[in-house]
Amino acid sequence: MESLYLLIPLSLLLVGLALAFWVWAVRSGQYDDLDREGARILEDEEEADRG
Amino acid sequence: MADCFHCGQPVPAGSPYQVVVAGVLRPLCCAGCQAVAETILEGGLEAFYRRRTAPAPPPPERVQAALLEEADALEDLAVPCADGSLAVELAVPGLHCAACAWLVERRLAAEQGVVEASANLGARRVRVRWDPGRTGLGAVLRALAQVGYAAVPARAAEEERALARESRDLLTRLGVAGIGMMQAGLAALGGYLAPPGGVGAPWEGLLRLAGLAVATPVVGFAAAPFFRNAWRGLRAGRAGMDLPVALAIALAYVASLHATLTGRGETYFDSLAMFTFFLLLGRFLELRLRHRNAREAEGLSSLLPATALRLGPDGCSERVPVARLSPGERVLVPGGAVIPCDGRILCGASEVVEAVLTGEERPAVRRPGDLVRAGTLNGPNPLEVEVAATGGRTRLAQVLDLAARAAAERPPLALLADRLAGRFVVAVLLAAAGVFAAWWLVEPERALWVALSVLVVSCPCALSLATPAALAVATGGLRRRGFLVRRGHVLEALAGVQRLLIDKTGTLTLGRMAIAEVRPAAGVSEERLLAVAAALERGVDHPIARAFEGVAAAAEPVDGRRVLPGRGIEAVLGGEWVACGAASWVEERFGHRFALPDGDGTWLVVASAASPLGAVRLRDRLRPGAAAAVAELSAQGIAVELVSGDRPEAVAALAARLGIRRAAGGLRPEDKLQRLEDCLARGERVLAVGDGINDLPLLARAPVSVAVGAAADLTRLTADAVLLAEDLRGLSRAVAQARATRRVIRQNLSWALLYNGLALPAAALGLVPPWAAALGMSASSLLVVANALRLANPVEREAVRWKVSTC
Repeated sequence: MESLYLLIPLSLLLVGLALAFWVWAVRSGQYDDLDREGARILEDEEEADRG
Repeated sequence: MADCFHCGQPVPAGSPYQVVVAGVLRPLCCAGCQAVAETILEGGLEAFYRRRTAPAPPPPERVQAALLEEADALEDLAVPCADGSLAVELAVPGLHCAACAWLVERRLAAEQGVVEASANLGARRVRVRWDPGRTGLGAVLRALAQVGYAAVPARAAEEERALARESRDLLTRLGVAGIGMMQAGLAALGGYLAPPGGVGAPWEGLLRLAGLAVATPVVGFAAAPFFRNAWRGLRAGRAGMDLPVALAIALAYVASLHATLTGRGETYFDSLAMFTFFLLLGRFLELRLRHRNAREAEGLSSLLPATALRLGPDGCSERVPVARLSPGERVLVPGGAVIPCDGRILCGASEVVEAVLTGEERPAVRRPGDLVRAGTLNGPNPLEVEVAATGGRTRLAQVLDLAARAAAERPPLALLADRLAGRFVVAVLLAAAGVFAAWWLVEPERALWVALSVLVVSCPCALSLATPAALAVATGGLRRRGFLVRRGHVLEALAGVQRLLIDKTGTLTLGRMAIAEVRPAAGVSEERLLAVAAALERGVDHPIARAFEGVAAAAEPVDGRRVLPGRGIEAVLGGEWVACGAASWVEERFGHRFALPDGDGTWLVVASAASPLGAVRLRDRLRPGAAAAVAELSAQGIAVELVSGDRPEAVAALAARLGIRRAAGGLRPEDKLQRLEDCLARGERVLAVGDGINDLPLLARAPVSVAVGAAADLTRLTADAVLLAEDLRGLSRAVAQARATRRVIRQNLSWALLYNGLALPAAALGLVPPWAAALGMSASSLLVVANALRLANPVEREAVRWKVSTC
């Protein structure tokens, strides 16, 4: 159980990182177009095929 | 019949156009689609066809041809970037699905000199950056046209940036609340799963500290808008919808914080994070809806071409930006092009699609002398147009402006809901305080949490959301079908209308004379009679003369024509004096007597000095859909009443034709007003409909009024709503839509009240834990918004069809 003293602060650090990452992603405009991004995964695959 | 592989439209029988995609032969409808499909295949972009979720837009060849010419004139819209490249935002209405966005990006990336191209599907825009030394805007637009997309440089980039800022801000908060909600849930899990007696003091304290750490940004950052709104409301002396929300979050946080620090009592970090998250989710969905409406209005104005072909005095045309046109100048509108300005046709006849303004998709014939409006689509033939208004003074700009202003006005029903919600908030606050006091006496350790549940579960969000959402959806749908709501109370008032007072000339009729009956004198043919009348009336600027447009005139030369206002026209036709006009005047002039029956319309008699030729009955042409509209309105239980200043016989005849039971003619404006006052005094809810010019006092006095007949200046009308479409059935449709809206609002309000009525006592008895309260409240709000959106469905589909057919 003592490991929680390390693990819980560690998880909070990870949450902090995730939040920072989220804020960065939104600010850099990655979520400006919510209608399209769902399909972009198909496009990258296509490029790999051709490359 | 097969559908075109590219655009999905039916393929005409025997179409020679086809294309081989992935080894399969596919039919195509036209050369345009073939060219586009081949370009796509040659560019190695055939994946487009595998991936698309909807047919591609039909190729915009004709519209695009005009646009390509103007590309050079548009180049100054581009913004220079730091590295010397030029960037521009293009509006691409045909951007339907992710595959379109992919295709557009890929095609532009393959273009020499294009540095960057990125498509935004939600906004239907493409941002392109290019090296001006190696390519130009023309090449970019041509590349887009080759793969089948029409594009115009988009304006109002500032507004678009404001929308993006707002959306990003809310999305950041939503994410913070979401991540916080999950982590707070995990931290709380330890406590929930623990055996009776808890996990033990140090561990429980640690978990609570972790919960505190993740809930703090949720309360401090994600929930900040609620605190701001609640504070703003308090300072203005109002108990707004956000007050109980803010209070619940703040109290839950402070109490949990206290419990964490002292180690006594419960913490509810997970519930408060979840509450914040669901509230923000609702706000975010509403914001997306609002932005879509804003972009649609903006998309309408970006349909306008940026340049026009100006005709010089020598007849040569020159391409200039529309902003530089001034009234009185002449422009040439090519066939298939969007008309750049409001104006009058000088030369040429064509069919014009005015769906943008009136919702009418069938083309209307427009001839010299007729008005055309900016943003409408010219049909097959070129038109020469005299500019009357450009930019902000066009009809399209006025419509958009009025629609935006009406949207900003809170309708009385929404105000009522707001007031109700305000009182409700006070009641909820009092109830929560009472519940707290009661529980404090019975079970003090649960008192705070039960009170919080009461606060959360009965938050009147649904009550406040229900009405504006339904009204916004209905108003937008009506505008797309040519019924422009100018004032907030219109929908509500229309739904309850009992009596309709309608004007005749210019309202039920078009105010344009047409030949209704021809009575040649003995020995004279009908053709001869009309030919003589047409010869006399030719070139005269009078409503009566316009009735004879399109009638073959007599071949003999016309000399010495005199127009006698109010009486008629006389001239020497083929060596003999002839006259055409009022019977009494012709009798006085030539001595011929005419015996003519009375009734609806005006008799015009034609005679030569020697003998009478006959008589023609002219009648004001009925507005399309007039009879059907009267029938539909009567079926809706509305008493239709005709009030007119015209001769009583004419009014009675028209009323009989349309099936209107009560009609009065020969009324002066003050008589009409008196009639309105009588109806109002009897407590009837009256709708007044007029053409907006003759009926100003009536329209201004009536509780709700609609102006018909789109000729007048929209900004000066006093009516509460304007029917832009020519078809009068728009009126009955608006009433039907208003009633549907009222029904939905009533459903929403009943649901909201029922839900709160049940949830509040349950919560007060301590049966609803805080997390269930948060879920229940959010679900209730989402339900009323979804119910309001039902109003949009058929209209929305229509809007989509219209978009497909024009791009």
